Amino acid sequence: MPRVALFITCVNDALFPAAPKAVVQILERLGYDVDFPEAQTCCGQMHANSGYKQDAATLASAFETVFGDYDAIVTPSGSCAAMARDQYPHLIGSDIGDHVYELSEFLIDVAGVEDVGARFPHTVTYHPTCHGTRALGLGDKPMRLLRAVEDIELVDLPAADQCCGFGGTFALKNSEVSSAMLADKCRNAAATGAEYLAAADNSCLTHIGGGISRLQHTAGAAERRGPRPIHYAEILASTA
Amino acid sequence: MSAEPSFVPAASLIPADAPFPKAAKVALGMPQLRKNLAHATGTIRAKRAAVAGELDDWEALRDAAAAIKADVQHRLPELAVEFERNATAAGAHVHWARDAKEANEIAARLVREAGADDVVKVKSMATQEIELNEHFEAVGLKAYETDLAELIVQLAEDKPSHILVPAIHYNRTQIREIFDQKMGDAPAGLTDEPAALAEAARLHLRRRFLSAKVAVSGANFAVAETGSLVVVESEGNGRMCLTMPETLISIVGIEKLLPRFTDLEVFMQLLPRSSTGERMNPYTSVWTGSRGGDGPKDVHVILLDNGRTNVLADEVGRQALSCIRCSACLNVCPVYERTGGHAYGHVYPGPIGAILAPQLEPGRHDDLPYASSLCGACYEVCPVKINIPEVLVHLRQQGPHQAGEQAAMRAATAVMARPRLWRAALRGARLGSMPWRRKGFMRRLPWPGSRWTVSRDLPVPPKEDFRDWWKERGR
Amino acid sequence: MTARSTAREEILARMRQALDGAGAAPGSPRAYRRLLDAGTDITAMLIDRLVDYKANVHHGLAAIGAALGGAQRVVVPADLPADWRIGGAEFVPDTGLSTADLDGMDAVLTGCAAAVAVSGTIMLDTGAAQGRRAITLVPDHHVVVVRREQIVGHLAEALPMLDPTAPQTWISGPSATSDIELQRVEGVHGPRRLDVVLLDD
Ligand code: SF4
Repeated sequence: MPRVALFITCVNDALFPAAPKAVVQILERLGYDVDFPEAQTCCGQMHANSGYKQDAATLASAFETVFGDYDAIVTPSGSCAAMARDQYPHLIGSDIGDHVYELSEFLIDVAGVEDVGARFPHTVTYHPTCHGTRALGLGDKPMRLLRAVEDIELVDLPAADQCCGFGGTFALKNSEVSSAMLADKCRNAAATGAEYLAAADNSCLTHIGGGISRLQHTAGAAERRGPRPIHYAEILASTA
Repeated sequence: MSAEPSFVPAASLIPADAPFPKAAKVALGMPQLRKNLAHATGTIRAKRAAVAGELDDWEALRDAAAAIKADVQHRLPELAVEFERNATAAGAHVHWARDAKEANEIAARLVREAGADDVVKVKSMATQEIELNEHFEAVGLKAYETDLAELIVQLAEDKPSHILVPAIHYNRTQIREIFDQKMGDAPAGLTDEPAALAEAARLHLRRRFLSAKVAVSGANFAVAETGSLVVVESEGNGRMCLTMPETLISIVGIEKLLPRFTDLEVFMQLLPRSSTGERMNPYTSVWTGSRGGDGPKDVHVILLDNGRTNVLADEVGRQALSCIRCSACLNVCPVYERTGGHAYGHVYPGPIGAILAPQLEPGRHDDLPYASSLCGACYEVCPVKINIPEVLVHLRQQGPHQAGEQAAMRAATAVMARPRLWRAALRGARLGSMPWRRKGFMRRLPWPGSRWTVSRDLPVPPKEDFRDWWKERGR
Repeated sequence: MTARSTAREEILARMRQALDGAGAAPGSPRAYRRLLDAGTDITAMLIDRLVDYKANVHHGLAAIGAALGGAQRVVVPADLPADWRIGGAEFVPDTGLSTADLDGMDAVLTGCAAAVAVSGTIMLDTGAAQGRRAITLVPDHHVVVVRREQIVGHLAEALPMLDPTAPQTWISGPSATSDIELQRVEGVHGPRRLDVVLLDD
């Protein structure tokens, strides 16, 4: 049975167990044997992108030590996969990134499936995250997987390709600009009327979800003012 | 009594020397500015995408352009000398300027030698960069901007906020007011129809064009093989300046060189489609030295360094010298769209400014590489394929870091590099956030977390994490 | 040393130092198009693109008179073919006319060096029947005659047809600006009216 390693990412490790659980469920359903190397921590993206090259290199080397023996490393994060692929070569001279797959890449390019046998009877809108779409070039892969889900109703997100304003420490350093970008994203998400807003990165979803939750609080509204954030892996894992 | 102007020069409100986040905050609080920017950038984005999409070899053109520019950078000394030789042979006078001061002084001397005390100007980023107009003013010369947007900005006593359309932050109503109040000879009953505004500019500048003795321009390209300069424009003000006066002074950054005339077949497809979203701009002028009986007799070229060789020295950063100033990266940038150009505090705003300004003036503008969410929209549209996010990250890695942040990063690395410490930290975070567990999120954190919670709630770590779940499954 | 040669030597030295160890220049991939697909009707495309950018298009020598509209005084290059001087206007050959003279002209009639279909671009290089640059700039109305064999599909085909060191003007539609709200509007400093007369051979 083919073996794959799971890299859950530090964000999911700390905050969002549902996404990596979902990845395990999907891969096992497709007959893969999933390994979770427990020594994994972080890919070093925040350090690299905030200007801390040495620290990023330390974490990149640790990543390589933990995952070096696997042919396929699957992760539910477009930006962490992009980090390994784009930055590890010049950071630590490693091409391990070629073996790191964002979930949809693994499912479509390696496993060769679009229909993973999921059912999700809800309205969903999809935000293509910047690093997944532009740095990694995921194209419409996550959407192809979602379109194959039974009973799902997909609604277009207006100005979908616009950044939500997260950008790691950008959200802190340029909090006002980031908030202005977020406000537009939240407005567009709410305008879809969808129950869920799906994406391929929980960091962006933390940002958008945090914005929607705040808007709702500020408005003092009883009913929800926007979709619930959900990692698209959770939709693919669902058989409800 | 004249009406109180409802336009206020935006540059007078947005502090140019303030760090980007601060200046951006001011700009974000200007609703009309944001509306104008969103409207203009939205319009141009759609046009650019449509005309770029017409060419099925767009990506091949971008690859070729990036490679030609990389080649130029590698052979810059040789090409600069080749250009000088060919331009000189064709009757041009080639000058070299190490910095802004030297370029300005040469230009001012040439104007005086031509017996003039004013010049007409073609829009040029290089002359803005060296603050030529300000220098001329200081030495008793006057430079008249002739590009419509530059004219608007000059009349409004404002500063440019965009590299292609310096008055992008004004809408037609504001432009009408500026003309009405500042032009002096604006037609009575001027409306805010763009065609009427263009007509007013035509009338205002016509006499000046036909009588000017000296013109100052930049150049979009300088062809080494022929010694030719190329100016790309729309209105015909460029043609006027390049054709009618007796003396022409062109200030050209050394990175504008192209090896061959036929390289224009690449760049003249990419530039108009990327900048104004046109298949071709209305007018392109090419000239080589001076030609008896046609155009200026005295043709001068000032080759400008002004920090460019600094940029050239950085292996990763030098790709910024490939920029053809199309402004596509500004137009798609979500940060630029919301703040406009003034907040960047440099003549080159937006994504290209964020990588160019700190390299042209090392030690200044260290905040600009952080004025980006690294979303990558700029790289996607850049016709010469400058990997702007890569350079942004590279510059962040060169720059100084704030001590507190550095300590926090170091601490995070120390924990994350040791799996046991990392797991302990995760457990600690779960315990520490217990009080918020029922609520499910945190709404108010102390600094620096407050920078997050100003507009966003933060989720609380779950009761059971992935590792617990994994263990329970008995693996 | 003069200031000029000092600056020159210093900038060149800075460049060389900056490039120290930079290695050889990378190759230039040129996988882009130089031709349109075979069978493309380039005349139809040229017309389409000209009209799209608000130029008027006419056919045949006889149409020159109409293209000139009501122009009374029309400046022409001294070498303009005699049989192009059609219509009731007074044709004034440019024998070094002053700027004021040019400003008094209603129109200018010239030929061109090449026309590019894909972008609707007319190219002038001051060669035969084109005259110097000022005559196609100062009058407010430019009528340009394009012969069939001057039309090419692609920019890459047109560049070799130009004299690279002669003053060139590439014209795509009448004068325009996008400086107000990034919308293109026609008519600023260059000729505000552009009429193109296509000749069959
Ligand atoms: S960096 Fe690229 S997109 Fe931006 S102005 Fe320069 S050439 Fe255009």
